[in-house]
Amino acid sequence: MALIKVKTRGTENVVGAGKNLIINGAMTLAQRGTSSTADGYGSLDRWKMTYGGGGTLTHSQQSLSSSDTPYTLGLRNYMRSTVTTASSAAGLYAQLEHRIEASTMAQSGWNYTSSSSELTLSFWAKSSLAGTYYIQLRTIDTTEYYYSKSFTLAANTWKKITCTVAGNSNLVINNDTGHGFTVLVAPDYGTTYTGHSQAVTGAWYNRTLNAGYFPNYAQDWFGTAGNTFEITGVQLEVGGNASDFEHRSFDTEMEKCERYFQTYSNTLWQGTNEHAANYSLYLDGYFRKRMRATPTATLIGTVAIGRPQVAVSQRPNSISGLSEEGFFKCNWPSSGTYGGSLGTHGDAYYRMVVGAYPTNRIDFSAEL
Amino acid sequence: MITITDAQYIKDEITGENDIIFCKLNGVESSVPLDVNNSDYAEILKQVDAGTLTIKDAD
Repeated sequence: MALIKVKTRGTENVVGAGKNLIINGAMTLAQRGTSSTADGYGSLDRWKMTYGGGGTLTHSQQSLSSSDTPYTLGLRNYMRSTVTTASSAAGLYAQLEHRIEASTMAQSGWNYTSSSSELTLSFWAKSSLAGTYYIQLRTIDTTEYYYSKSFTLAANTWKKITCTVAGNSNLVINNDTGHGFTVLVAPDYGTTYTGHSQAVTGAWYNRTLNAGYFPNYAQDWFGTAGNTFEITGVQLEVGGNASDFEHRSFDTEMEKCERYFQTYSNTLWQGTNEHAANYSLYLDGYFRKRMRATPTATLIGTVAIGRPQVAVSQRPNSISGLSEEGFFKCNWPSSGTYGGSLGTHGDAYYRMVVGAYPTNRIDFSAEL
Repeated sequence: MITITDAQYIKDEITGENDIIFCKLNGVESSVPLDVNNSDYAEILKQVDAGTLTIKDAD
C-alpha cells in the first residue's frame, strides 16, 4: 500500500497501514487471561506489568463504556492496573512496559541518531489519583539511553497524552530480533529509584545510578489499596505529530501478537513413542506462525497422552525439540502417577491432547 | 524479576546433547530452550552467572 506523508506541525508523519509501532495498543487481545497478578506478562498481549519492592498489583483487560471519550474514537478496551496490597516502601516500583524488537525500530523510518528526526508517542490515560506521572522511552543496545517526560492527570478523567522526542547521536538500535526499544508508563516509583539530578526530563541520558530513573513522585499511588491506573489507544509513530489512532482488525492484531506468544487448546498432535522407556512422544508440532525466537513452552492444566481403546495415564510435563517454527517432542517423568513406561514395546502411535481453553493450554512465549 | 527454581537440563535422546532446561518460572513448570534470544534463557544465564541459580545435570 502506498504511504502518504502529511504535514501539520513539526516533522512529517508517515501514515497508512503499519504506522503504529505498538502491537495491541487498543488492548483488544488477552490470550493469557483477562486478569493477572503476575509480575511480568500475564494479561494483555505484549504488555508487561512489572512491579516489586512492596505491595501487589492486579492488571486486567476492561471494557470502555460509551460515555468514555476513547470509546467515541473507536476504542473498546483498556488495561487497568489496580493496587491490591498497598505499600509506600521506598523500594517499590510499578511500570507498564511495551518492548519493541530492535529491527522494527531500525526499519521504522525514524533516523534515531538525528536530532531533526522525531518519534511521537500518544495514548489515553486515567488514574483514580490525580497527580504527575511519567513516560519513559528507552533504547537498549550497546549503552541504554532513557528519555522521560511527565504528564498530569485529574482524578478519574480520561486524558490524551502525547510525547514527541527527537533522535540523538548516542542512540544505538541494532537491526536484529532482540529487545531494541521500550515504551514505559510508570504509575509509581519509590524514592530508592528517584530524585537524583541525573534523572532529567526532556533529554536523552544514560542512567548510571539507582536513583536516576525518575524525578521524585509527588503522589503515593501505590500507597492506597484500590487505586487504579488505566491506559489505552497507545500509538508510537515516526514524525512530530500524534495522528489518529491506527485501528486494526482482530485478525491483524492477533497475527502480530503471535510472533511473541501463542497458546494452544482444544487440540491434539499425533505422535510416536519410539521406545516404551523413552518417556516421550515424537510429534509434528508446527506453530501457526513463525515466532521471534525459540519460545519457552509451558503446560497449563490437563495435557495428556491418549490412544483409542487403550487406557493411558501419562501426562507430559515438558516440551523439547523447540524452534521458532515448532516442536517435535513431549516428555513425562519416568515414574509417578502420570509417568512411567508407555506400553511394552514402543514404536506405537499415541497423541498428545490438550483440553479446553483457558484452563488447559500449552503456551509458547518468545516475548522480549 | 522472574523467580527460577528446580532447574535441570533435559537431553535429546538421539544426539545425547542438552536440549532444554526444565524449571519453574514464577512457580510454573516450563521448558526453556537453550537459545540466547529467548528472554527466559537469558535470565537463567544471568542468575547462574550471579551465583543465585544452579542447573542440575540431566538424568
